[in-house]
Amino acid sequence: MSVALEVRVSAARMLTPAVREFTLQSCTGPLPGFSPGSHVQVHLPLTEGKVRNAYSLTSDPADNRHYRIAVRLQEASRGGSHYLHRHVQVGDTLQISPPANLFALHSTAGLHILIAGGIGITPFMAYIAALEQSQAPFELHYVYRSGLSDAYVEELQQRLGSRLHTYACRPDLNHILRDRPLGSHVYTCGPQPLLDAVRQQARALGWPPGRVHWETFSAAKPGQPFDLELLRSGRRLRVGGEQSLLEALESAGLQIPNLCRGGVCGQCMTRHVGGKIEHRDSFLSPAEQAEFLMPCVSRGCGPCVSLDL
Amino acid sequence: MTIQSSPVQSYRDDFSFRNSPTAIRRFPFPFTEDSYLYSVNIEPATSRDPGSVYQHGFDIDEHYRSEMAERALVLDKDPRRYLVMPHMQVAAWDALQMLMEHLATDYPQWFQLARDGDHWHWHNTLLNIDQHFVFGDATSLPCEPLEFIGRQVQGDFALLDQRDGDLYMDAGLVTSPADWSLAFDAGMSFKQWHSPVPMAHQMGVFDRALKYLLNLQVGQPVRRLNWTLTINPRLDSSPETFHEWGADRGRITAENVGQQVHLRVELQVMARLPRSHAVMFSIRTYLISMDELVTQPGWGCRLHRVLRDLPEPIADYKGMSRYRQTLVQWLSRFDQA
Repeated sequence: MSVALEVRVSAARMLTPAVREFTLQSCTGPLPGFSPGSHVQVHLPLTEGKVRNAYSLTSDPADNRHYRIAVRLQEASRGGSHYLHRHVQVGDTLQISPPANLFALHSTAGLHILIAGGIGITPFMAYIAALEQSQAPFELHYVYRSGLSDAYVEELQQRLGSRLHTYACRPDLNHILRDRPLGSHVYTCGPQPLLDAVRQQARALGWPPGRVHWETFSAAKPGQPFDLELLRSGRRLRVGGEQSLLEALESAGLQIPNLCRGGVCGQCMTRHVGGKIEHRDSFLSPAEQAEFLMPCVSRGCGPCVSLDL
Repeated sequence: MTIQSSPVQSYRDDFSFRNSPTAIRRFPFPFTEDSYLYSVNIEPATSRDPGSVYQHGFDIDEHYRSEMAERALVLDKDPRRYLVMPHMQVAAWDALQMLMEHLATDYPQWFQLARDGDHWHWHNTLLNIDQHFVFGDATSLPCEPLEFIGRQVQGDFALLDQRDGDLYMDAGLVTSPADWSLAFDAGMSFKQWHSPVPMAHQMGVFDRALKYLLNLQVGQPVRRLNWTLTINPRLDSSPETFHEWGADRGRITAENVGQQVHLRVELQVMARLPRSHAVMFSIRTYLISMDELVTQPGWGCRLHRVLRDLPEPIADYKGMSRYRQTLVQWLSRFDQA
């Protein structure tokens, strides 16, 4: 397992009333390099226990002096974004996991079409820096609510000119995706309905699936508290309502491989052997869910769950 | 023996290459059992056993100057041993950075790196290279970045682009291949370039290995050993030069086995390159003659059993069929059980 990095918040600013940007500098050695589309997990000490939220790195990958993340305040959430908005100040130190990439640029694409919804702009900020440096053809379609989720829009207008297309509501995806040159790739990040619509439109127009890329920013959502039984070690744990199953395991000192913490990458797959489970992942098939669960998002919905750990 | 004072030995013509007693002791003998079958024998590439080939990410040993001289010979004769496709430029700089940082940290007595933003100063005291350059600007180096650093590090390097859920051989510097060709494999996918390997596909070895490598994380490299046999200490046993070495396999006799047959072990390290998200596959080759190998207790006996019982298709693939009997017979004297 990778070792957490200690970083200091060297700057923080509100990009919109709902989006706060943090600049993070290393407290120890140089920061590891990262590729566009990478995210880090920020470890947050909430009252109910440690939680980890994944945030895309928005800074220029060529600049190894600092990382940048932008966090949208989620009112109906477990409190991770609330903590980052209300409690974290310049000078504070944070623990983060090293960057990992589940949303990489396609290196041989002839044209990169980026479609962002709201805070889904974040991975594309790093994309744009890299695409500008390699002088690769790209265009950005950005849907946002003015004065709320329009982070970086002025900067992008100046940098991108006619390559930026902005929308106040869902754009005409047929228009964006129809008659595009061979070798085009489309990438989308934002709310689930936007992702679904992009994928559906691309399929309808005959885009090969390998040329359609998306990243959700799903994170663990709260639920009922429940007990956990670890069969191999015989330990019993309690999972709080605001805590994910994975976070409860980590708080108890277990190391479970994981990357996305959103039920997508499949790394934390764990065998369950008893108890009623609410599956919330988008990785396992229904048949696989009978045997396995993804503890980063899924949880027990009865009194107790038994795991093969 | 110090690396500075060691004479430059040859991997061709008169084959003056020899291992010192130290090099023999630290040779990565690959067999942990008396038989061999394919496995995905991958482990985290963490530092262990000071003095061994596993201590540092990129092992520099007494053959450094000899191997770099050999690489220069091959590259000058055949520039197609070096390849960087246009979309692999960032990966090439990634590789240069990873290699320079490791060497400067692990061997500060020979390699020094000073950085001021993008202005870097590299000093290689073993080869008397003192280079100021701008990171990311290929015109500030005497040649392209992967070639520049590749001429200063032992081992071959392939840079694999990751896309479409696969890995592609889109860049590299390969002058000491065990009978494979970068120019031939260029642009191939993981399973395409492994297609000549017998038996392993059916065993699902490459499915598992590919899945594992696609998930490789920055800062968590992995390694494995691979092996074959080579006649004479010939680093450049490539298909391009087959006419120079292929016939050697038919000239092995009971008299020359010990001197001419070499166990060839590759220490392969796979690392995620941070900025490009490509995978660096480094192949560090170690050669040891049978005469040198049997000086180590137990090695001759074990190698005898492995080669005696090796499945025919694997022996064929490793190119030993013509002299296998002679070699096994010669090794049997070390297996008295």
